Amino acid sequence: MNKTWNNKAWFLVLPAFIVVAFSAIIPLMTVVNYSVQDTFGNNEFFWAGTEWFKEILDSDRFWSSLGRNLMFSFIILVIEIPLGIFIALNMPRRGIGVPICLVTMAMPLLVPWNVVGTIWQLLCRSDIGLLGYALARIGIQFSYASDPLHAWITVVAMDVWHWTSLVVLLSYAGLVSIPDAYYQAARIDGASRLSVFRYIQLPKMKRVLLIAFLLRFMDSFMIYTEPFVATGGGPGTSTTFLSIDLVKMAIGQFDLGPAAAMSLIYFLIILLLSWIFYTVMTSSDAET
Amino acid sequence: MAKINLDHIRHAYGLRPTAPQDYALREVHHEWNDGGAYALLGPSGCGKTTLLNIISGLVRPSEGRILFNDRDVTQLSTEERNIAQVFQFPVIYDTMTVYDNLAFPLRNRKVPEAQVDKRVREILEMLDLSDRAGKKARGLTADQKQKISLGRGLVRSDVNAILFDEPLTVIDPHMKWVLRSQLKSLHRQFAYTMVYVTHDQTEALTFADKVVVMFEGQIVQIGTPAELFEKPSHTFVGYFIGSPGMNVLSVDVQGSTARIGDISIDIGFAPKVGKGQKTELGIRPEFMKLSRKGMPLQINKVEDIGRQKIVRATFAGQPVSIVVKEDGEIPTDAHVDFVNSGINIYADSWRVEREG
Amino acid sequence: MATQQSPSPAAATSVAHVKREGPKFSWIVPLVYIVFLMIPIYWLVVISFKSNFEVMNSFSIIPQDPTLRNYKVILTDSSWYLGYVNSITYVLMNMVISLLIALPAAYAFSRYRFVGDKHLFFWLLTNRMAPPAVFALPFFQLYSAFGLIDTHIAVALAHCLFNLPLAIWILEGFMSGIPKEIDETAYIDGYSFPKFFIKIFIPMIASGIGVAAFFCFMFSWVELLIARTLTTTSAKPISAIMTRTVSATGMDWGVLAAAGALTLIPGVLVIWFVRNYIAKGFALGRV
Repeated sequence: MNKTWNNKAWFLVLPAFIVVAFSAIIPLMTVVNYSVQDTFGNNEFFWAGTEWFKEILDSDRFWSSLGRNLMFSFIILVIEIPLGIFIALNMPRRGIGVPICLVTMAMPLLVPWNVVGTIWQLLCRSDIGLLGYALARIGIQFSYASDPLHAWITVVAMDVWHWTSLVVLLSYAGLVSIPDAYYQAARIDGASRLSVFRYIQLPKMKRVLLIAFLLRFMDSFMIYTEPFVATGGGPGTSTTFLSIDLVKMAIGQFDLGPAAAMSLIYFLIILLLSWIFYTVMTSSDAET
Repeated sequence: MAKINLDHIRHAYGLRPTAPQDYALREVHHEWNDGGAYALLGPSGCGKTTLLNIISGLVRPSEGRILFNDRDVTQLSTEERNIAQVFQFPVIYDTMTVYDNLAFPLRNRKVPEAQVDKRVREILEMLDLSDRAGKKARGLTADQKQKISLGRGLVRSDVNAILFDEPLTVIDPHMKWVLRSQLKSLHRQFAYTMVYVTHDQTEALTFADKVVVMFEGQIVQIGTPAELFEKPSHTFVGYFIGSPGMNVLSVDVQGSTARIGDISIDIGFAPKVGKGQKTELGIRPEFMKLSRKGMPLQINKVEDIGRQKIVRATFAGQPVSIVVKEDGEIPTDAHVDFVNSGINIYADSWRVEREG
Repeated sequence: MATQQSPSPAAATSVAHVKREGPKFSWIVPLVYIVFLMIPIYWLVVISFKSNFEVMNSFSIIPQDPTLRNYKVILTDSSWYLGYVNSITYVLMNMVISLLIALPAAYAFSRYRFVGDKHLFFWLLTNRMAPPAVFALPFFQLYSAFGLIDTHIAVALAHCLFNLPLAIWILEGFMSGIPKEIDETAYIDGYSFPKFFIKIFIPMIASGIGVAAFFCFMFSWVELLIARTLTTTSAKPISAIMTRTVSATGMDWGVLAAAGALTLIPGVLVIWFVRNYIAKGFALGRV
């Protein structure tokens, strides 16, 4: 659509700008402010320069949290994206099955995040949990509280349970927007099932898949509440992701300087990675 | 290429059709020649798309058989029928180049690559797309995309028929004409059997050797454009073909005279009309001549549409349209004459043949 | 013309008779997935109907001795049920604020070009990428400074950080789908901008507003970290009360499960209302 140039449109955007600026710029400035200062209490602050940034970047604690985060995002993306596409491909396109699928699949998305943690805790505990108990009966002592591997399995399964539906719904929306003529043409051209997927469905889903990918990456990278409730970041620090570490540092230990420096680094990493993914994934559009 | 036989085909979408109205397609029984260009013409909802889908195999008819070159293909799937189809809007594989788009149907059928290359280059040449062979198909204009859709059918030299489902819907008006004449010349050169669905009479009349006019689930007439114009076999064909459509007047027929109110018209033959049948006289606006004498007429409005004028008038209490040439005279005290050869008589909407 | 338009299903033709791609038993896949989704929820509900004694001492797939005690605890104790009231209050406030502010902004983005428009749009969206953990502490200080701590409006405003850009993004998509000629015709007909916007434009994008409202509801309802940080007692959300009570009363699994089960209800209701729009909202590729 060709838009008209009109600077008065700023008046329409202004309220949104003010509200978001209030909630984003001022807090962000506070964070920047803390990140370069030190305090000995009594509201006295001293210029600390890049000291906190150095401290964070030199600490094993930060790098191992970051590593766990990247690992976690990688695992859930590898599981959720293909699984979501696969489920969407097999969903009914019409009839009573459609609303049933949409409504039941959307349900996990509307569960408060701490309740997600609670639900999985209830499911996985070996004393009262359906899954934990069942595993114990067949001889596997499942304990997310003491075994790091089990903790990871729990956290990943929980995220798959919680968020795969988002990928499914997005892919499904992409699929139903493909006109029937494409499938008919493919049949006339003698295309195999695989070719239909490769040359029709995948290209048409590309846009929604990009969004699904970015959302899942960002949200998994910011994950806090669910593992905090389910595993509390443990055992040890095995499921301590950046957010959990950050909150521990800022609110638990009140190390404002390092916490602020870490916040900024953390935010920049998300922005940078999202930008890289976005650029790489849309670059193929440019060449025609 | 093949000849197509539609053998007593009927189709209903409901499960158990009882009355004729339940059928989306009532009884179609025709033979279409090998290498013919047929246009299925009719308003939306007349069953033309249903008929096309029955030919392509997307829809199985409730009753009847369909034969390609005398081989029964009723139970065969679309792939097995070996047809090509061009859809309402261009269906192309965005991520492939133009070349790969055209090669796709052949590669799927495991044709040796050397042969694929030869054939694709031929078709690219034929469609004037050679210079775009290596380009991604998504960057093309709608008419070029539509040519690729067509090209994917043409590459397979053994297709039985090429079907078109309103293929010019999304094409710019000035390109419609170009594309249509290209289609026409392809047909002349290579004698493909083509079936073309449209609701646009100009498209149908310029494209096809034979126009199949459909109305309420049945074929009301198959004929050349001239036949449809001169001898519409159903009042609907009269309305639908031509602009403005045929004038249809309720009349009483006695021997070779048609009476409208107190006006008598000599129609030059004695149509056989059964008792109780609704009789009508059809005459195209082109066959009504305004003059100073003849039958009385009241002119209501004159529309000037460039090379012609259309006179809207009331004749014996019924509205009629008359076409007058650009420089034709419109008398103030108007009367009208009917050209005898342009008169058709209809009994219950169907045309009554002239004898002799 | 006397052309009779018989109600023939010509348009539905190709749709109704195209056979589904893929194997016949493809419905098994979504079925298995739905079962996987429902098992944890089922277990939550089962536990919510069990007494703590039964939870701890016997194991059964269905409650042996179903009890409503857990629900009674929640629905009769104001420190519990006010949590729901608080949550719903700030979620609704956030929804209203987000939509009211997002509507004109989205209109501006969809219709006009202005200085810095693209940068502004992008900057708004980057806020969706800000980890709540980063903002938790500065938010606390900011809202303390304004004396807004422990009020519903504080949480509602804070959630605008990610919901407002989202609402603008969704609405912009829907608005761009409406031809500009509609606006121009209305102005020619003598409508003022506010009158046109309210009387003509808003009804046209009603489904878009529904979709945006759904997502605002969703993200505000499920968020805990910020909501918990900004509240202490009088505006505390139900999810925060749940985490607190777990440690306070020992492990009252039944009540915890019942509280969790009750948080599912608003979500289910909202999904049910917007079920016909979900696919459409997602189809725009906007979340």
